Amino acid sequence: MRKVYLDHAANNPLLPEVREAMLPYLEDVFGNPSSLHDWGDPAREAVEKARERIANLIGAADPEEIIFTANGTESNNFAIKGLALAQQNKGKHIIISAIEHFSVMNSARTLEKMGFDLTLVPVDKFGVVNPEDVRKSIRPDTILVSIMHANGEVGTIEPIQAIAQITRERKVVFHTDAVATCGVIPVNIKELGVDALSLAGNQFYGPKGSGALWVRRGVRIIPLLDGGIQEGGRRAGTEDVPAIVGMGKAAEIAAKEITVRMQKMIPLRDQLLTQLPATVGHVVVTGHLLNRLPGLASFCVEFIEGESMLMLLNSQGIAVSSGSSCTSRALKASHVLIAMGLSHEIAQGSILFTLGLENETSDIEYVLEAMPSIVDRLRQMSPLYSKFIKAGKGGQ
Amino acid sequence: MPVYSDKVMDHFMHPRNVGEIENPDGVGEVGNPVCGDMMTFYIKVKDHRLEDIKFKTFGCGAAIAVSSMVSEMAMGKSIEEAQKITPELVARELEGLPKQKFHCSNLGAQALNKAIDDYLLKQGKLKADASKGCPFCDADEQESPICAPCRAGQETEENKK
Repeated sequence: MRKVYLDHAANNPLLPEVREAMLPYLEDVFGNPSSLHDWGDPAREAVEKARERIANLIGAADPEEIIFTANGTESNNFAIKGLALAQQNKGKHIIISAIEHFSVMNSARTLEKMGFDLTLVPVDKFGVVNPEDVRKSIRPDTILVSIMHANGEVGTIEPIQAIAQITRERKVVFHTDAVATCGVIPVNIKELGVDALSLAGNQFYGPKGSGALWVRRGVRIIPLLDGGIQEGGRRAGTEDVPAIVGMGKAAEIAAKEITVRMQKMIPLRDQLLTQLPATVGHVVVTGHLLNRLPGLASFCVEFIEGESMLMLLNSQGIAVSSGSSCTSRALKASHVLIAMGLSHEIAQGSILFTLGLENETSDIEYVLEAMPSIVDRLRQMSPLYSKFIKAGKGGQ
Repeated sequence: MPVYSDKVMDHFMHPRNVGEIENPDGVGEVGNPVCGDMMTFYIKVKDHRLEDIKFKTFGCGAAIAVSSMVSEMAMGKSIEEAQKITPELVARELEGLPKQKFHCSNLGAQALNKAIDDYLLKQGKLKADASKGCPFCDADEQESPICAPCRAGQETEENKK
């Protein structure tokens, strides 16, 4: 059976060059980067080389501003909790958007339980934050704003530059979760104007277990992990050298290939975005139509539920994901889709295709061929669909 | 390791008794799209036995497999036998359901029972109100959005806020 992986937002495969780069650090070069002998030296050099490559990927002049973490979730936890706790003598008000990843959302909720005040700025129906809403939410005691660079579920890219102008005027620290964008679209901290930025290696063909947080020099942050003096005393614990090296290599390649990758993926994405609604009917494209991630096509298919669609696609060798209640452990419909004003009923039909380097036009054609019969099969089973038909609103 | 048992996958991929019955003797609908699963059962009764059962389900793989399994378990049974089908029995027949799916998606037995109650009501064999109970547990709670004993529906209510 043909296999088509369209769940790159969940994880990307390792590039062969990345794997090669990692291997020595899983084998001979096993020393601890903190050790001051011949075993520690090459490990430390490799970590610092990777730090330079990550800094280069996001346009940071000073590699020491990069702190390695274990994943995007840790980077976001570190940013939200660490930046807020470092400034709590100035105030206790935090602003995030209503569509942040759970690692930002739940970190902010934890701070709320500790006595911080939280404001969620809304998004429009395309998932876009209005910078003016951020401006209106800023109070004298606001110490941190965190708005994601792009949403990994609907692909919408947020107006980070415009928000950064406001936070700079008001002298509030601004963090962006760039896990969905770093290594995927050009990301430059100077152009964005942010003070801190999260990224994860597995989003750009590096290994799982690799992440980083960039924090502008001079911005204070309290460590999440206390211990030794690794990462400039900001993140204690022996470094995961192979993962860091792998992420560094992946960053080096991404920095070179980013435009070519985008040019390859955008037509495939647009093929899905335009043709799926046309072939299936009663399909809503979610997210912004133009300002969106190059490899992300997201939809809500009416009258049916996402997990059953996912399972039937899997039975035909196609891997996708969904934001329906059933696919989430929390058994709640996606907070992103609900924040965009979609009804729970529509949000349950969420389906997400995320493209990668290995995908070809024929993969998209295969999906477009498989989808109509899958959707039809589930609609024939759906009480919502028969109600819709009986209500005389017409068929397809 | 797959999330679902082979039995669940079999019923999901090849659901039995999907459809509607024209002029059914009883109809039962449970769940709502907010929590993700919704089932409608249709029954035809002859000589106090379930002569035909059909269902329509909006929901995840587990919800579809549960509906199919319930229809198969109850087919041809007497009313009393069919009423004894519980969510636990359905889950056992399906060789288990993932923990988080048990409450949310295992509504088939309730939907069938609701269809049976509907039939009994029409026959005058059941007084009104008796069919009202929590679809998630055995409590005879009124059909408020939140069942007090098991707190089912609470998450959904929170979602609306």
